[in-house]
Amino acid sequence: MENKEQAIEEEILINFEKKIENGDSIEPKDKMPDGYRKHLIRQISQHAHSEVIGMQPEGNWITRAPTLRAKQILLAKIQDEGGHGLYLYGAAETLGISRSELIEQLHTGKAKYSNIFNYPALTWADIGAIGWLVDGAAIVNQVSLQRTSYGPYSRAMVRICKEESFHQRQGYEIMAKMMAGTKEQQEMAQDAMNRWWWPSLMMFGPHDSSSPNSGNAFKWKIKRHSNDELRHKFIDKTVQQAQVIGLTIPDKDLKWNEKTGHYEHGAINWYEFHKVIAGNGPCNKQRMEHHIKVHNDGKWVREAAEAHRLKKERQN
Amino acid sequence: MTEQHLYNYCLRMGDNALILSYRLSEWCSNAPMLEEDLALTNFALDLIGRAQAILKYASELQGGVKTEDDLAYRRGEREYYNHLITELPNGDFAQTMVRQLFISAFEFYFFTELQKSTNVTLSAIAAKTLKEVKYHLMHATDWVIRLGDGTAESHKRMQDAINYLWMFTGELFEMDLIDTVLIEKGVGVDLMLLQPKWHRHIQQVMYDATLLIPEEGFMQTGSRKGIHTEYLGHILSEMQYLQRTYPDAIW
Repeated sequence: MENKEQAIEEEILINFEKKIENGDSIEPKDKMPDGYRKHLIRQISQHAHSEVIGMQPEGNWITRAPTLRAKQILLAKIQDEGGHGLYLYGAAETLGISRSELIEQLHTGKAKYSNIFNYPALTWADIGAIGWLVDGAAIVNQVSLQRTSYGPYSRAMVRICKEESFHQRQGYEIMAKMMAGTKEQQEMAQDAMNRWWWPSLMMFGPHDSSSPNSGNAFKWKIKRHSNDELRHKFIDKTVQQAQVIGLTIPDKDLKWNEKTGHYEHGAINWYEFHKVIAGNGPCNKQRMEHHIKVHNDGKWVREAAEAHRLKKERQN
Repeated sequence: MTEQHLYNYCLRMGDNALILSYRLSEWCSNAPMLEEDLALTNFALDLIGRAQAILKYASELQGGVKTEDDLAYRRGEREYYNHLITELPNGDFAQTMVRQLFISAFEFYFFTELQKSTNVTLSAIAAKTLKEVKYHLMHATDWVIRLGDGTAESHKRMQDAINYLWMFTGELFEMDLIDTVLIEKGVGVDLMLLQPKWHRHIQQVMYDATLLIPEEGFMQTGSRKGIHTEYLGHILSEMQYLQRTYPDAIW
């Protein structure tokens, strides 16, 4: 019996790997190895939670946005982020897990969200820096994920990338306006740059030499480019954009390498990265407590909606 | 009709949209489900667009010396003319949805009439706004029915919200000299004619939601004269803080 099951498992794996090899996309009804499914649930849910938790630092500035136009753009952007969260929860659900289970995993700490949102959005320039640097880093990663092997994830990424490039432009526009403004605005913009630059570089994860989750992810074409490759891509395009508006990159060791055609950056403070991941960043506790509180406060609404639905069902 | 009457009329409409947008935007990351985070920020977005269009027109009426941003960000508490109901804190989801129902039903009848205004700018704004308001009204109505006829807890929360907010609904139909002058010119809307329609509409929704409208009683007033609740000052100090702190900055 055991041998028969093993043989079935092996056949699934062989067929699956053949598909991957041919560059076919894997769809929800296709048979797939358990490890692939688990890896995707972990990655997609982390991505969905990041979109949703990311609404907190930005939402924190809607009521204080300095012009009607800025308020409109920020509202539209945050609404997009929530929408991305929805598609991504939908993509994760195709793998056989419900949204309420995913939220529970977030609340118990089993599922993570992007570390970047454990930093506070202190001034209006931070809204610029989040759009330009954080969304800018996210896009580099997401463009690469448009070709990921799991169909629903890849299609979600195609939609998301279109909107994210608008987000990055709005962030850059805020920074550009501030750099063209008063001395106080320029200082505010540079200060935001100083605080968000390094955490943005950390968004790509550990160096390739010490990245624990990359093995099967490459083999199964979930991941198409390495952390360091993506990080370089981000740095190369961002350094130039910073120069155009007169912002200084807070890295004295940053230099252009003629041979590789890339910028080389100074040492990343991985101690800080691990400290924040372990829950000791400035906002970890605040973000999670807020999400849990809101979820609990909304319980009566969800229960009432369900009770009403059942009443209507009985009446029909 | 003086430009001043029309200007004040625009400020009322613009301020209603701006302040309600502010309150709705506070639901971002605070709603009971992600779909509602999106819906409520979407309403806030519609309203800020409306505020911008109307305040821009108001600024043009005054010769464009002040921009729509100046009107939003540089006026004080006594120069704002939004209805008191728009500035009240959100309370729970029940209170927000009841408030939305009361306001969206009012706006549905108001903008339906304003579409017929002889002022082409206002009639164009009304036509665009009406499309959005229909959606807000549908959404709020669905929730009021669902929560009124949901669980014992949701029913109680809804009834409490209605009992509290009812005294702020009289102000929606208040009129003064500005209204009279603009109605005569075919520019403004006769609110007296809207009130029975609004009342019947709300009564029907309440019936479907198994909720009750309170006995007619005392109604709050003040916004026509720029007299507000204490809440407005807090909204303005938060909303206007960057413009006030850095008066020379361009954002």
